[in-house]
Amino acid sequence: MVTAAPIRTLTYLQAVNEALRVTMREDPTIVLMGEDVAGGANVDHLINEDAWGGPMGVTKGLVQEFGRNRILDTPITEAGFIGAAVGAAATGLRPIAELMFVDFFGCCMDQIFDQGAKLRYMFGGKARCPLTIRTQIGAGVNAAGQHSGCHYSVFTHMPGIKTVVPSTPADAYGLLLSAIRDDDLVLFFENKVLYGSKGEVPEGTDGIPLGVADIKREGADVTIVAISRMVQQSLAAAELLADEGIEVEVVDPRTLSPLDEETILNSVAKTHHLVIVDEDNPRCGAASDIAAMVADKGFDTLDAPIKLVTAPHTPVPFSPPLEQFYIPSPEKIAETVRGIL
Amino acid sequence: MSISSIDPSGTVAASEMEPELNREKLLGMYERMVQIREFEDLAGKNFAAGLVPGFVHLYAGEEAVAVGVCSHLTDADYITSTHRGHGHCIAKGVDIHGMVAELMGKSTGVCKGKGGSMHIADVDKGMLGANGIVGGGLPLACGAALTAKTLGTGAVAVCFFGDGASNQGTFHEALNLAAIWKLPVVFVCENNGYAEATPVAYHCSASDIANRAGAYEIPGVVVDGLDLFAVYEAAGEAIARARRGEGPTLLEAKTYRFYGHFQGDTITYRTEEEVLRYRDRDPIAGAKKYIKEHGLATEEELDAIDARVVADLGQAWTDAQAAPWPHPEEALTDVYVSY
Repeated sequence: MVTAAPIRTLTYLQAVNEALRVTMREDPTIVLMGEDVAGGANVDHLINEDAWGGPMGVTKGLVQEFGRNRILDTPITEAGFIGAAVGAAATGLRPIAELMFVDFFGCCMDQIFDQGAKLRYMFGGKARCPLTIRTQIGAGVNAAGQHSGCHYSVFTHMPGIKTVVPSTPADAYGLLLSAIRDDDLVLFFENKVLYGSKGEVPEGTDGIPLGVADIKREGADVTIVAISRMVQQSLAAAELLADEGIEVEVVDPRTLSPLDEETILNSVAKTHHLVIVDEDNPRCGAASDIAAMVADKGFDTLDAPIKLVTAPHTPVPFSPPLEQFYIPSPEKIAETVRGIL
Repeated sequence: MSISSIDPSGTVAASEMEPELNREKLLGMYERMVQIREFEDLAGKNFAAGLVPGFVHLYAGEEAVAVGVCSHLTDADYITSTHRGHGHCIAKGVDIHGMVAELMGKSTGVCKGKGGSMHIADVDKGMLGANGIVGGGLPLACGAALTAKTLGTGAVAVCFFGDGASNQGTFHEALNLAAIWKLPVVFVCENNGYAEATPVAYHCSASDIANRAGAYEIPGVVVDGLDLFAVYEAAGEAIARARRGEGPTLLEAKTYRFYGHFQGDTITYRTEEEVLRYRDRDPIAGAKKYIKEHGLATEEELDAIDARVVADLGQAWTDAQAAPWPHPEEALTDVYVSY
């Protein structure tokens, strides 16, 4: 819970940057590493100044404050530096590693999945891996098949990993504070399409606990569980439906592992209808996982079949009309809601 | 006593940086080698007897590498290991009784029975895990070295890996990263001639894996991995270099595994003649011969060490067999610190 602190307006990008600053100030064992997180390493006129501050500018200005011993530009070597981050986490640092786009996970999955996620368990609870891996997700900028995926479902599937999917600047800030302070391996998924979105962000440094959903809009007729940017798409759908007299409740799980089942089940018990909106691919995905959970634990409260609105079972296409077809739209969400009422 | 003055074979070059090896330390190293051999012989025997579930990969024959390297390390230093990790654990000081229990999957195992042979670890001893993924430990060692460098602890990380791992991408990524960041890490390639059933001459483009250090402009050193003293000296120099902040070294120890890749391996890819040739160069026999020839200990004293090791490991197996299995629900714990 964020305490009653003064409010400021920040973009999602600024909120991430601010959470990195806050935690790095409070904990000297935090290092940030990734490709061009500063940029310009070893360039004479950029001693403690960044060339980029991340390809999107998310980490801009951090090297000025924390220096190049804590803001580490890495070579393009995902298995190398993600693995090094795991090893550093197991031995006393609290690293933050930036995997530039989640689509690159294939280059380093062994280090995440077989090393970082499993070491505590395999070592009988004697080790920990307080590592946060920040990565970009999301279609909508014509970045095509290898720079646009979501893939958080892949990581949510894996024991030993926590997955965080913020949809607003306030959530990005509060959840990143908690993710970095967390003693487990956390995958933090930043939606690139949301970087420019603005919102009110408390100035406090308490953090939002992982595993607590947030009701982004209250309503009595239907529950929409929406993930990451799909929260915004669902809120737009709710506006369309409100004009028709349909009151939508939008539940943002905020973290997929752990998952706040109680908030979802309580909302469905109230509305008796459930639509799940997810930009990730549909097979073995977060949406079908949540649907199965509600079918198992909340079946008696449902008055209609659970419906899913997801990306199709395809890679993300490049051409604008193809990509727009790929992303669940407010219209498609609204149409699905109408279909079960 | 310095190595140059004690080495009988002449394979160890004199060096100004020779670490001192006194009688007590040398006998300790001998005992560690015997512990590893006895541990592995018993593990093989008890695996065949059905007491060890899963897979075991035995380290017998390679003892001089783990002991020669780890004798330079303290609990504050780190190692990463491989699927053939029992020897590294013992050389780094992991409790042998806990290791035996872990092989059996008992609740008294060092990992509470959750890791088994391929994942034995004890972070309190700086032992960051055997590893079921070939090449998996190389980036981890860079991370442990980054911790040491960032916190200024003076610790080093040693990464053990096999000849097979030198073809993995992680090998190349880790060497490059360690070189550009000048990390206090030593990469120890245990080249035992075979990646599973495939000879190194087939699977590796380099005649010496140490040559690959050249691509990263770090020192690459080849050492006789069956010679305890040669390994001890070469590792000493590499570790001292890392501690001085001068960066990583790739140390290739040419060694041999007396058993197959795993227990149950039919070993059709090696000739009996080859195995016997290496058995004749048994690193423990070599150390023993050296100790006796130099009057550092009598046959009786060495026999007493052997007997002590055999009795202790025998007890460890007796204890492990009597130890309780973990409760089934224990499977649900230790996934997260909090969830």
